[in-house]
Amino acid sequence: MKIGILVNAGPYTHQANDSAYLFARAAIQKGHVVERVFFYHDGVNTANRLTEPPQDDRNVTSRWSKLASDHKIDLVVCVAAALRRGIKDQILAPGFRISGLGQLIESGIKSDRLVVFGD
Amino acid sequence: MTEATQAARPEPKKFMLVNRRAPHGTVYALEALEVVLIAATFDQDVSLVFLDDGVFSLVKSQKTADLEMKNFSLMYRALDDYDVNKLYVERESMESRGLKASDLLVEVEVLDRKELSERMEQQDVLLSF
Repeated sequence: MKIGILVNAGPYTHQANDSAYLFARAAIQKGHVVERVFFYHDGVNTANRLTEPPQDDRNVTSRWSKLASDHKIDLVVCVAAALRRGIKDQILAPGFRISGLGQLIESGIKSDRLVVFGD
Repeated sequence: MTEATQAARPEPKKFMLVNRRAPHGTVYALEALEVVLIAATFDQDVSLVFLDDGVFSLVKSQKTADLEMKNFSLMYRALDDYDVNKLYVERESMESRGLKASDLLVEVEVLDRKELSERMEQQDVLLSF
C-alpha cells in the first residue's frame, strides 16, 4: 500500500511527531511504501538541522533524515508555515525540502491512505 | 469535455477538511482554509466540516481588530468562487454552543452526528485540524 503522512505537531512537545516516525518505520518494515511525509504547522520545526537534544534523548530530526535516505522518502516542509518560523533552506536537515501545500494534496491523490498526526 | 479527455483524467478524490477548533486560539482554522484553497485548484471533490469549537469559525460579524489578527472568516464566503460549496456543520456542536444556522456567515448543510459520520465514511482523504 502507498502511504502518505501529514505531520502537524512539532518535535519534542507532542508525541504525534514521534508516532508519525514510528508509524512510517513500521509501515515500511511491513512492506508498505511511504513516498512522502508532509510537515505543516509546528511540524515544520522538525526540519531544523540546528536542533540539538541532550545525548540521552532521541534526535527527532536526524532519525527522520536517516529514514528518508534509507527508504527514499520525500520529506516536504510547507513553505508558508516554514518561513513564519524561520525554517529556511540554509538550516534544512538532510532529506528535507521546502515546497507548497500542493505537495500535500498530491500526496493525498497518489496515496492509498493519507495518515494525519497532530495534537 | 470530450470522452477522450475524461478518460485521460483520473477520477477526483474526495477530500474532507475537518475544522475542530475555534478560529483564533490556534492557527489551525486559518491553515485548514489554506489547504482547502489549494485542494480546490487540483480539481478535487472538496468539502469542509465544522464541528466542536470549529463551528465558531463561521459565526457572522467577527471583529478581530482587538486581537490584531486578520479576519479570515470572510474568506469562507469566497469558497464558492473556488467551486467549494459542500460545507457541513454538525448539529450537536452548533446547538450545544447556542448557535443556529442563521448565525452563520455562509450557507451550510446542517447534519447530525450520524449523518456526518456517514459522509466521512465516503471520503478518500480526511484531514483533521
